[in-house]
Amino acid sequence: MEDRLGEIRGGGPPRRHNARTIAALTGNPGCTRRAVLDSAGADKPALAERLGFPARFGQSRFAITRGNAFEAQVKADGGVELLRLVAERLGVPVPAGATWTDLGGDDDRTARSRAALTAGGDGPALFDHPLLGLDVAGRRVHLEPDLVAARLAGRFHVVEIKSFPVIDGQADPAKVAAAAIQSAVYVLALRELLAAAGRDPELVSHEVVLICPHDFANRPVASLLDVRRQLLVLRRQLARMARVDDLLETLPAGFTADPAADPATLAAALHEVPARYAPDCLAACELAFFCRHEARGQTGALGRPVREALGGVPAVADVLALAEGVRTPEPEQAEAAALLRAAARLRADALAGNPA
Amino acid sequence: MSTLRALARAQAVAAGRAQPVATVRHLHLSDRPLVLVPLALAGEANAPLAVLVGAAPDEARLLVVPQPRNRDQRFAFAAELAGIVLPYLDSFRGVTEAVAVDRGRDVRHRYVDAPQLLVPNPAGITFLRLFGRSTRFRRPDGDHPVYPSVPLLGRWLTFFAERAEQPGSAALLAMTDALTLHWATGQSAVEDLHLPAVLGWLDPPPGSTGAEAALRAEDPALVPPAGPATDPDFDNHRLAPAIEAYAGAEDDPAAYDELAGLLRGQLAPTWELMWRGVGLMRALPPGARVAGRWAGDRDAFTGYAEHVDADGGPQPRRDGAVAAALRLQRLERALTAWAVQRAYDDPLVMAEHRLAGEAFVGEVTLADPKRVDDSGRRPVLRPRIQVVTVEPVPMPVGATLYSPARPGQKATVVFVTPGGDGKTEVVLELSGGMGRGLTAPAGSVPEVGERICLTSLSDGYLPGGVFPTPEETPWTHGGPPEHHDG
Ligand code: SF4
Repeated sequence: MEDRLGEIRGGGPPRRHNARTIAALTGNPGCTRRAVLDSAGADKPALAERLGFPARFGQSRFAITRGNAFEAQVKADGGVELLRLVAERLGVPVPAGATWTDLGGDDDRTARSRAALTAGGDGPALFDHPLLGLDVAGRRVHLEPDLVAARLAGRFHVVEIKSFPVIDGQADPAKVAAAAIQSAVYVLALRELLAAAGRDPELVSHEVVLICPHDFANRPVASLLDVRRQLLVLRRQLARMARVDDLLETLPAGFTADPAADPATLAAALHEVPARYAPDCLAACELAFFCRHEARGQTGALGRPVREALGGVPAVADVLALAEGVRTPEPEQAEAAALLRAAARLRADALAGNPA
Repeated sequence: MSTLRALARAQAVAAGRAQPVATVRHLHLSDRPLVLVPLALAGEANAPLAVLVGAAPDEARLLVVPQPRNRDQRFAFAAELAGIVLPYLDSFRGVTEAVAVDRGRDVRHRYVDAPQLLVPNPAGITFLRLFGRSTRFRRPDGDHPVYPSVPLLGRWLTFFAERAEQPGSAALLAMTDALTLHWATGQSAVEDLHLPAVLGWLDPPPGSTGAEAALRAEDPALVPPAGPATDPDFDNHRLAPAIEAYAGAEDDPAAYDELAGLLRGQLAPTWELMWRGVGLMRALPPGARVAGRWAGDRDAFTGYAEHVDADGGPQPRRDGAVAAALRLQRLERALTAWAVQRAYDDPLVMAEHRLAGEAFVGEVTLADPKRVDDSGRRPVLRPRIQVVTVEPVPMPVGATLYSPARPGQKATVVFVTPGGDGKTEVVLELSGGMGRGLTAPAGSVPEVGERICLTSLSDGYLPGGVFPTPEETPWTHGGPPEHHDG
């Protein structure tokens, strides 16, 4: 199977994952195209580029610098401030001190992380940059470690440091949602690590601590996020990808997502695999511009509320034909057709200047 | 999303051009709106980078923060912006008019006109709200003194941001919202947040379709984003080197000009689009109830100006429980009123309600304008009319309906008789809007042959709830509002 997946990506190495890319797997879970490409670890940005629909997910230097600076500030002095923030937010007494283990840096990080995190003991401890892994589509992927695991009062909490501000107790909801699903990735991986070592996975709390700058200053503030719902979504999508054989079976023979392939061949191959484009894809998937182009003329490309308001009729051309009454509706379209005809009549009436 | 609006989107796709979803303008548009196009530095908590601001197309003024992380420069920028915004606001504080209150027993005064702020998109409103928040508690004394105009600007920006939450207010508008209230594009609501794409659909360049224009507008290398977020490529390859060069050149005017020119280049295209948007909106005739809502904005402006004059404090960080509940109720009422008023003003909006079974249009086939009901203590004028319609009439007998043509009159459903030919006969009894006598003045009762719209939507006054004063609020509900110092 790994051979087939390798073949799909054109022989290149599978794309590296981090919590953000894994979190992105849960966007649009109903899309087969995405499930196949992500399972194969295909290089979607390169694909999009090759197809003539380059993605725009660039990051500003300013944002990166600021993120790094804030993180360094929060972790300074062996994590004293971090420990206080986390303990106070969890409502436990602030310990006099905690061990600080940086698991980043040199080799063998997986083994060192495993050893450190599963060793037992329940004294207060902070583990920075633990290297965690998850099984994605039958393959072990390592997550770029961008978290601190805090052990306090015998339980582990994932701590995420983000540089978006919390102003008067409120943060950008989209950013909080993204942080929640990313944290859920870490919670899941940490739980699996403990379970594999024969320890209780529930030692890892579903409450993660989010640390952000407070108001307009650099002072950090901690908030709690309950990620149980995100864990469910994540497990479901990973389970779907684990059944990668089923997915592969549906693929046409010779299907390729090799970024080196001829663009026309690539496009033809991708068109064969069903997608489910929605405007949300624009913020979540590198293939969005390609899929949007393909979905032109579809009501779904206008957003789900529009499609629903049009009686669920998929093609714009059909909507208009039914609305104008120039097409006899299929039996299951009768209701939608009546609605569309009434809408078209009322719209024309009002636009013709008839007063209401 | 109403089916009517969704259909307009589908038609826009097919036509390759935006389609109208309104026949009148539902928002007041000032002769002299203050257009603001802000940019913020990526990654920071609402750190301003630049703004292009002015009240006429040829009056654009560029303000720049050459080192956006520098606190002093940020407040110097705030003072400069205050130097433009505050005189603009003051220019509306000349002439007042007397408004009768308390049933004519008293009068109050309000300004005959009020300021209007326009930004490109909802994120621009958020930017102003947060900029107001970051400046309104600043003090001209103490550890980090700022110019006295800075907290004043903060209060006013907060005032506008709060007004912008009120449905139907036109004090601060996002151009994308204002345009898509009147036209449907052939793209999704998410894509409608991008002003260049919206204008691409509304007014595509000759020879290209709306879809093509919108696509082109999405490429930040061709069309800069409408802010406040900048294009990451621009940040990395052009802005960052220019900021560094300026920082290294120690106030060298050439380095400043370089940086300012770069930012102007990002802002100027949006500035043009803003005024094109203004032009498109101006071409629509205003709806009948627009002036009434604008009077509400003028009231609010007058009230806040008086508050500021009286040295009233800045808006609290968060509302207390009573204030929050009152505010929520006010917003809900405004939302209902706004939806109803737009329907009354605009047959194309009323059509959405007709489709939803909240209104129907028919022809008056019988009228008894002299009918008097004398079953009560004294006789009253209660004319009856019969209306025949081909539209569904889901309203029950006894329901009260209204007609936009005679908003002061109630029509009670007496009989609903469906005919075999798809037509429905509705008999209605009228009250109100006919004077006090037993004879209806001419025109106050619909005549036979008149086409009439009847709706269950009421434009009437909705009474508010009664809430305890802050002092009476139990501490479990927030108690008296906290004090704010900074
Ligand atoms: S952009 Fe395309 S491949 Fe990606 S999730 Fe959307 S429809 Fe699927």
